[in-house]
Amino acid sequence: MAAQRTPDGPPPPPAVQKLRIQYARRGRLRYSSTRDFGRALERALRRSGVPMAYSAGFHPHPKISYANGAATGAASEAEYFEISVTEQVDPDSVATALNEALPDGLDIVSVVDAQPGALADRLQASRWLLEFPGVEPADLERAVAGFMAQEHVEVERMFKKGLKSYDARGPVERAVTGVSEDGCAILTMVVRHTTPAVRPDDVLSAIAAATSFAPPQSPKATRLAQGIWSSETESVADPLAAD
Amino acid sequence: MSGESIFSALEPLLEKVSKPIQYVGGELNSTVKDWHVGGHGPGGEDLTVRWALMYPDAYEVGVPNQGVMILYEVLNERPDALAERSYAVWPDMEALLREHGLPQFTVDGHRPIGDFDVFGLSFSTELGYTNMLTALDLAGIPLHAADRTDEHPIVVMGGHASFNPEPVADFIDAAIVGDGEEAVLAATDIISEWKARGKPGGRLEVLRRLAATGGVYVPAFYDVDYLPDGRIQRVAPAEAGVPWRIDKHTVMDLDAWPYPKKPLVPLAESVHERMSVEIFRGCTRGCRFCQAGMITRPVRERSITGIGEMVEAGLAATGFEEVGLLSLSSADHTEIGEIAKGLADRYEGTNTGLSLPSTRVDAFNIDLANELTRNGRRSGLTFAPEGGSERIRKVINKMVTEEDLIRTVAAAYGAGWRQVKLYFMCGLPTETDEDVLQIAEVAKRVIETGRQVAGHNDIRCTVSIGGFIPKPHTPFQWAAQLGPEETDARLYKLRDAIRADKRYGRSIGFRYHDGKPGIVEGLLSRGDRRVGRVIEQVWRDGGRFDGWSEHFSYDRWMAAAETGLEGTGVDVAWYTTREREESEVLPWDHIDSGLDKEWLWQDWLDAIDETEVEDCRWTPCFDCGVCPQMGTDIEIGPTERTLLPLTVLGSGKQDMLRS
Ligand code: B12
Ligand code: SF4
Repeated sequence: MAAQRTPDGPPPPPAVQKLRIQYARRGRLRYSSTRDFGRALERALRRSGVPMAYSAGFHPHPKISYANGAATGAASEAEYFEISVTEQVDPDSVATALNEALPDGLDIVSVVDAQPGALADRLQASRWLLEFPGVEPADLERAVAGFMAQEHVEVERMFKKGLKSYDARGPVERAVTGVSEDGCAILTMVVRHTTPAVRPDDVLSAIAAATSFAPPQSPKATRLAQGIWSSETESVADPLAAD
Repeated sequence: MSGESIFSALEPLLEKVSKPIQYVGGELNSTVKDWHVGGHGPGGEDLTVRWALMYPDAYEVGVPNQGVMILYEVLNERPDALAERSYAVWPDMEALLREHGLPQFTVDGHRPIGDFDVFGLSFSTELGYTNMLTALDLAGIPLHAADRTDEHPIVVMGGHASFNPEPVADFIDAAIVGDGEEAVLAATDIISEWKARGKPGGRLEVLRRLAATGGVYVPAFYDVDYLPDGRIQRVAPAEAGVPWRIDKHTVMDLDAWPYPKKPLVPLAESVHERMSVEIFRGCTRGCRFCQAGMITRPVRERSITGIGEMVEAGLAATGFEEVGLLSLSSADHTEIGEIAKGLADRYEGTNTGLSLPSTRVDAFNIDLANELTRNGRRSGLTFAPEGGSERIRKVINKMVTEEDLIRTVAAAYGAGWRQVKLYFMCGLPTETDEDVLQIAEVAKRVIETGRQVAGHNDIRCTVSIGGFIPKPHTPFQWAAQLGPEETDARLYKLRDAIRADKRYGRSIGFRYHDGKPGIVEGLLSRGDRRVGRVIEQVWRDGGRFDGWSEHFSYDRWMAAAETGLEGTGVDVAWYTTREREESEVLPWDHIDSGLDKEWLWQDWLDAIDETEVEDCRWTPCFDCGVCPQMGTDIEIGPTERTLLPLTVLGSGKQDMLRS
């Protein structure tokens, strides 16, 4: 009796097209993790009928790759992933269909044909917005100025392999404070992607370490953009724009 | 204002708790309705009936629960009603809610539970009782029904535990017994009418009207008297117009109730990452330990076409990659072969998995499992022989021989399955060490046979065993539960017997639940109103999430029982390890499951005699009492209809293709 079963039938159809997709994680769904999004996405892809390419074997997986997800709890206007499909599809129609199938708050922003090169290479920096309810704009401005005046500020964070210490000041290319329309103190900053990644909460710990700044509650962080960093124009360019 | 969302106050707390996603709602197919959907009457009467439905366990356990999902949808489809969901909050969130003066809330609209008309709790296990007290307390609802006013929701329990609601009689206003679909609508009608008239007579009056239907149990309307020795003398209505016995509800035509039509798709990971379609309700195999089988009679099948439509609609609404065909014994559906083949054909090539909680021990079950995994991985199969020896299987009426079992697992390993899980119980009536030690012999034969048919040694078998808990409305309701020390001693002997033989050691896994939690479950299952004080004391001492071993404390329960039962003359052993006599009034006798108490007693005597009883689906009715008592009948096929081939899943693709 054959003990070793192999799937019968033809191998899965090959991928013919790769799509790059930008999505936003908004409102209360900012508490979903990248894994949570992964499950929601796979279900949305099935619901909407996107002709996904699958890996071979007894446990076929749809071909999806994620890049540089924001930490759970942060909102984002600019998260990215790639999918491979087995039939030529129109990216705009995919965007509409996927949006329909995803829960509100996980929203597709744009879908384009993938260009050559790795998506990860195009995600060089992020622009962040941090909102500080209950903080005086002047206090925030002073703290940020104090922080930016430093060259290095070491912070520590727990990783799977243990506590790590790294510089959270160097990767911060720009930091501008201001006041939002509803009167809340805000900080907009551009942070280059380094290893380990410097997250908004690292910057906050660094600001606290460099000054005596202590907000009454943690700020709400939103990633506004991710993309190609240009030191000349000091800007973050759309990673999905055609070269 | 009533019904206002507390989300903005909650938001800063979400940063500080574990898994905040469980509190935010917004699942695909969830619903938030306008607080005043039902509008107002001419005199400004509020015409909306609002249900907060709670599964009193963690979100990850509660969110896939079918019962709550069904009632949520059934109620929300009604134009003048709304239903929202709530789950038990973890201790970190509980502490923060208390610190900030925030109430228990619904995950849909983040509305305070106290603002709803009805607070409905679903108990599939008694271990959720302490979590109910946390929720009531956080909601600002007095723990005791007697202390509530017209300002508070009516607290209603449902689910299997409501077949003996006595231990929580002090805390609930009402219990609805049996199937909920029609019952919640009937209750909504009564509440709606009462609200439209400006709530005449207040809370007491609406409870009276509910009780008068004969299908809603209101504990406050019944008096319990005790004999000097602690047994119950009688349970009787305390006022006129209240029935002596409360009937269970039975939905007869499952095809008329194809719920959930749009199953919830949580973002967070849950214990059940698939959608389920209930293929029939009830079970008449007559396993004597099985409360679920006894209380859900008679068998009512959903038709093959009804099942096909629910699978299709559910997949289209959710995108789940797996469908479970759910019931108490799914292989028993009269058309299961056709269903399995029809669905496997229909979803071939779509990467949709089909599964069947398989417990029946026979070769047919293997054919089914093979069909459902045609092109998928064959990792593990589960069987539940429940008893180790032939003798004890006769006692519990699990009609399967050791030869059947060996033949079945041989077929499984032969078809490429690698792992077989076997479920057993310990502490069954009349059981001795020998009965349990026979499990080790069975497991060894399973491996021996498996190695032969598979032709290699890379196969495993896991023995999973837990203590037996006698349950109300079963022939074993009179039985003595085995004490925790005795249970553990027997389990250790079995473990040693399995491990002793080095030839099998690594191939046989052994998993067991120790005896202590079972005693608490036994206390809550067969308890009466006096047990309420124990539950309250445990909760006051910090008891929460008793179904979770890391939160459960046996010592806390025993200490609370010491104080809670003081002066009653009875103790934990009296409730658990004591055998009852035929004449004893049982705390749940006034809850009518349809089963004839005399028939149950006869079945108990048959059990001790090792006499088996057949299944009434295939042999004549054996007069368990349900059908005549409830005016029901078994509803089974075959319908001889077939599943039509159909373009399934992803029909939206056409619109995306590049021309
Ligand atoms: C799927 C399932 C699970 C899943 C999912 C659980 C979940 N979150 O739903 C998992 C694997 C996690 C699970 C775990 C357990 N399960 Co389980 N499970 C089942 C199973 C197979 C299906 C349940 C189901 O969906 N039924 C269908 C729905 C529609 O029925 P329902 O929930 O009873 O709801 C109806 C009525 O009760 C009523 N109703 C329900 N709630 C309310 C509330 C109100 C207010 C009202 C008015 C009415 C009402 O209306 C509903 C519609 O008619 C059943 C067997 C079965 N077929 O019922 C066992 C079963 C319910 N489980 C059981 C047990 C013992 C457990 C565990 C305790 C096992 C363990 N030792 O760990 C745990 C407990 C987990 C927990 N804390 O809840 C037993 C219950 C024992 C009993 N009553 O005799 C059952 C009956 C299996 C059995 N044969 O022993 N289980
Ligand atoms: S009354 Fe007869 S037919 Fe109905 S469930 Fe009981 S044994 Fe079966």
